[in-house]
Amino acid sequence: MAFIPHTGDDIAAMLDVIGVREIGDLFDEIPVELRAGALALPPAMGEMEVGRLLTERAAIDGRPLNFIGAGAYEHHIPAPVWALATRGEFYSAYTPYQAEASQGTLQLIYEYQSMMCALTGMEVSNASLYDGASALAEACLMAVRANRASNSRRILLPRAVNPTYGQVARTIAGNQDVIFDTVDFDRASGRTLLESLESRGGEDITALVVQQPNFFGCLEEVDELTDWAHRRKILLIAVVNPVSLALLTPPGQWGGAVDGTRGADIVCGEGQPLGVPLSAGGPYFGFMATRMQYVRQMPGRIVGRTVDTEGRPGFSLTLQAREQHIRRSKATSNICTNQGLMVTAATIYMSLLGAEGLARVAQSSLQRTADLVAALSRIAGVKAAFSAPRFHEAVLLLDRPVAPVLAALARRGILGGLDLADLYPELGNALLVCATETKLGADIDAYAGALAEIMNAARAAA
Amino acid sequence: MTELTAREPLIFELSKPGRKAGTQFPPAIAGNAEIPAHLRRAAPPALPAVSELQAVRHYTRLSQMNFSIDTHFYPLGSCTMKYNPKACNTYAMLPEFLGLHPLGPEPQGFMACMYELQDMLREITGMQGVSLTPMAGAQGEFAGVAMIRAYHRARNDLQRTEIIVPQAAHGTNPATAAMCGCSVKEIPCDANGDVDIDALKSAVGPCTAAIMLTNPSTLGVFEHKIAEVARIVHEAGGLLYYDGANLNAILGKVRPGDMGFDVIHMNLHKTFSTPHGGGGPGSGAVGVGARLLPFLPIPIVGRDGSRYRWLTERDLPQSIGRLSGFMGNAGVNLRAYIYMRLLGREGMVRVAEFAALNANYLLKRLQAAGYEAAYPKRRASHEFIITLKRENRETHVTAMDVAKRLLDYGFHAPTTYFPLLVPECLLIEPTETEAKEDLDRFCDAMIMIRREMTEDPEKLASAPHTMPVRRLDDVRAAKQLDLAWKPAA
Repeated sequence: MAFIPHTGDDIAAMLDVIGVREIGDLFDEIPVELRAGALALPPAMGEMEVGRLLTERAAIDGRPLNFIGAGAYEHHIPAPVWALATRGEFYSAYTPYQAEASQGTLQLIYEYQSMMCALTGMEVSNASLYDGASALAEACLMAVRANRASNSRRILLPRAVNPTYGQVARTIAGNQDVIFDTVDFDRASGRTLLESLESRGGEDITALVVQQPNFFGCLEEVDELTDWAHRRKILLIAVVNPVSLALLTPPGQWGGAVDGTRGADIVCGEGQPLGVPLSAGGPYFGFMATRMQYVRQMPGRIVGRTVDTEGRPGFSLTLQAREQHIRRSKATSNICTNQGLMVTAATIYMSLLGAEGLARVAQSSLQRTADLVAALSRIAGVKAAFSAPRFHEAVLLLDRPVAPVLAALARRGILGGLDLADLYPELGNALLVCATETKLGADIDAYAGALAEIMNAARAAA
Repeated sequence: MTELTAREPLIFELSKPGRKAGTQFPPAIAGNAEIPAHLRRAAPPALPAVSELQAVRHYTRLSQMNFSIDTHFYPLGSCTMKYNPKACNTYAMLPEFLGLHPLGPEPQGFMACMYELQDMLREITGMQGVSLTPMAGAQGEFAGVAMIRAYHRARNDLQRTEIIVPQAAHGTNPATAAMCGCSVKEIPCDANGDVDIDALKSAVGPCTAAIMLTNPSTLGVFEHKIAEVARIVHEAGGLLYYDGANLNAILGKVRPGDMGFDVIHMNLHKTFSTPHGGGGPGSGAVGVGARLLPFLPIPIVGRDGSRYRWLTERDLPQSIGRLSGFMGNAGVNLRAYIYMRLLGREGMVRVAEFAALNANYLLKRLQAAGYEAAYPKRRASHEFIITLKRENRETHVTAMDVAKRLLDYGFHAPTTYFPLLVPECLLIEPTETEAKEDLDRFCDAMIMIRREMTEDPEKLASAPHTMPVRRLDDVRAAKQLDLAWKPAA
C-alpha cells in the first residue's frame, strides 16, 4: 500500500482500542446519502512506472536554446543550491512557528532578509511573497495603507512595467477599489515619459510604480521619477531585478533627498533569478523591502533576532500582530506562507556568488545581450527598437510578423524571444530578447545564423 | 541535537574579503558594454564572501537545527504533515521540466500532466472545473471569494457582500473576505461542534454572498448537517465555499461537490503531499461547480483534439483574471500530480481511511491516559482536539508547556491555541503515513509529560531543554526590532 505502514495486526489492534469492527465504521458520522462511490481515477503506479511516464513526458518538451526573458531568467544554478535546499530538513519542515525546533530555517530567513536589504539598500525585508507579480499587487495595497498624506487609492502604473504584473495587481487589488492609471513610454527611448507624469500634477495619487530595468530591458531615469513622486508626497514603488542590483543603484538610493529622505519607499520584484529554475513559471518567490517606518504595513512573514531565556541569541517570527491568524479580517493580507524553499535556494545562491560573483553574472548578462543585439541587428530587416541603455533584454523590430519567425526558430530548437504583438500592438513587429551569462558566443552565433536564414528565406518567398 | 548544532554563526560572520567560490563565477568576457555612470551602484552590496565548502557546511548545519517530517513525527493539526515521497521531487526536477520557460511554445509533455491533474482533482472533489493557478491556500481562498463576488456582480446582485464564517474558521477566511471587499459575519457552533442552525438561519439574507466552511471542521469533526446548511444558504441566494484544509480526512469518502459546495480550494501541500519547504511554496488549486465555471482564474490547461493549450481571457472573458506572473507554482503542481499517480484510485481512499484510523487510535489512547477530548461524543476525523483546561486549573501547566516539552521527547509540537474557542488546546493530526509504533511512542511521551505535570511542573514550564535555544523572548523581538544584519560601520 502506497506509503501506508500498517500491517494486518496493527490494524486489528488499533480497531480494538478504538472499539469498532472495521475502518469503514470510522466514517459513520457522514450521512449515507452523501457518501462517494468509487472514484474514476487511474490505477496506482509504482515508482519505476511513474519515473518512466514522467521521463517520457519531459522528453517531449526537450531542451531548446532559450533567449526568452520577460520576467523569468535562465541563469546558472550552482550545484550546492538545490543539493542543500532539497535536504529533508529544509524540504519537509513546516513554517517555523515552533521557533526552538526551527532555528535553521529562521536563521536562514534572517540571513535572507539581510541580503535583500543589502541588495536593495532598504532597511527591512520580509521573508518573501508568492512571486514578483503578486508582490507588486501587495506593494500597491501596502502603499495605500502606508501613505498617510493621501486618502487616494489611485496608483500610477507605467506601460513599461511588465504588463502581466499589472494584470495581477488589478485582479488582486481591484477588489479593494484600488485604481490603476497608466503612464505612457517614449517611443524613441523606451523609457517612461516624465512629461506624461507632469501633466497629472494636480491629481490625488498615492503611489507611482517604476520598474528598473523596465519590461523592455531599458534603464529608466529613476532619480528623476523618484524625485517627481516625492515632491508630491507620492510613494515610490520600485520593481527591480535582484541580479541587476549588483551593478545598478539600489532603490534605497534613488533620487535626491526630498524632505530629508531619499530612495524608493517600497521595493519588490521577482526573486527567481537568484538560483531558482525556470520550471514552467513556478514556484518562484516575490521579495519585498521597505523603510523601517512602514514595517507594520508590510505583508508577509518577518523573522527577528532576539534572545532566549538564558540570553543566547536566537531567531523567531515577529510582528505577527499584522498577520491573518491574529488579526483575522484586519490583517495586512490573507497571506500565510512565504516561498520558504525558494528563499532557501536564493540565500545559498547569494552566499556562493557574493557581491563579486553576482556582479560578474550581471556584467556577463549585460555583455551577452549587447553582443546578441549587435549580431541580430546586422541581419537585414532587424533593428533595435529603443535608444535607452539596457541591462540584459532588448526589443527588436522586424520587417515582418514575429510569430512565424519564432515558430521557424522553434523548429530549429531555438526559443527566439517573446512576441510583443498582443501586449504592445502599437510597436509593430516587436520581439523581446534576452541573453544571460548562460549564452555563450557560439549560442549567439547559432541564433543569428538561424534568424538570418529564416529572414532571407521569407524575403525570397515574398 | 548534538552540541555541534548549538550555535552556528551568521554567514556574514564567516565572510572574509577576497574569499570566493570561484567555480561558480561565469567566465570574464571581452566587451565594452556598461551601465551609464549615473545609474551605477556606488558600493557593492554587503553580501558574504565565503568558499563553497563554508557555504555548504553552514547551510547543512542550519538544516540540522530543524525538525522536519524526514526526521521527526510531526502531528501538527490542520497542516497534514505526511511523508513527502522522494519520487515526487526527483521526477519533478527532471532537467527538461526545470528548463521550461513559461513563455515558450506550449509544452505538451508538461501540459499533459497538468491536464490530467485538473481532471483528477475535479473527480476527487466532485466539481465541474479546476484551475491550478493559485499559489497557496490563501490565494486559492482569494480566488474563490473573488469568483463568488464576480458571480453576484454578473447577476447584478450587488448588495451581496457578506461572508458568513463559523467562529472556529481559519484566520485566513475573514482576512480573505476583507481582501475581496466583503464583510464578515461570524456564527457560533453548538456544543457538539456543528454549525448552530438557528444562528445560520438568522444570519442569511439578501446581503449573503456565501458561507465559508471547512468540513470536517477545524474542531476535527464532520459537520453532520451539511446538507441542511447548503439548503439554507442556497435558498437565501448565497453560495457555499469549501476550505480544503481538511480534505485529507474525506478523500474518496465524500466529495465537496456532492455536499453542495459551489467552490473549493485545495491545499496541494497538505492533501497531495507536496513539501511545506519551511513555509512554502504551497499550491492552492480551486475547483468550482457549474455556476462559477466562467469565472475561474487563468490560465487553465485546455485540449483541442490531441493538442494541449492555455485557456486565457479569450476563452474565459468573465475570468477573475491572473493571480501570478505565469501559471502559479507549476513545479509544486507537478509534484502533486506524481503523488496522485503513485497512489491511484486505491491509494486515494486509503489516505482518508488510515488518517482516520491513526487519529481515532491516538485519541483513544490519550483519553485512556487521562487527557480530555474537546468533543468526546464525536468521532475524530483525521485530527482531534485535546483540551488542557483542567490540567491548567490544577497545575498551571499550559498547552504551550506541553508543546515545548514534546520537542524534548523528539516530537514536533501539535498545533496549539487553535481553534481559538477551545481553551488550552492541542490540535493533533497524525496523518496516514505514521506507523503504530510511532503513535505509541508519542503516547508514551504524553504519559510521561502527564506525570511531570504534578511531579516536576517546573520542567514543563521551562521546556524545551534540549533544543539549540530555549524559549525565545518574543516581546523583545517585536519591540527591539533586529530584522537584518548590518556590517560594522
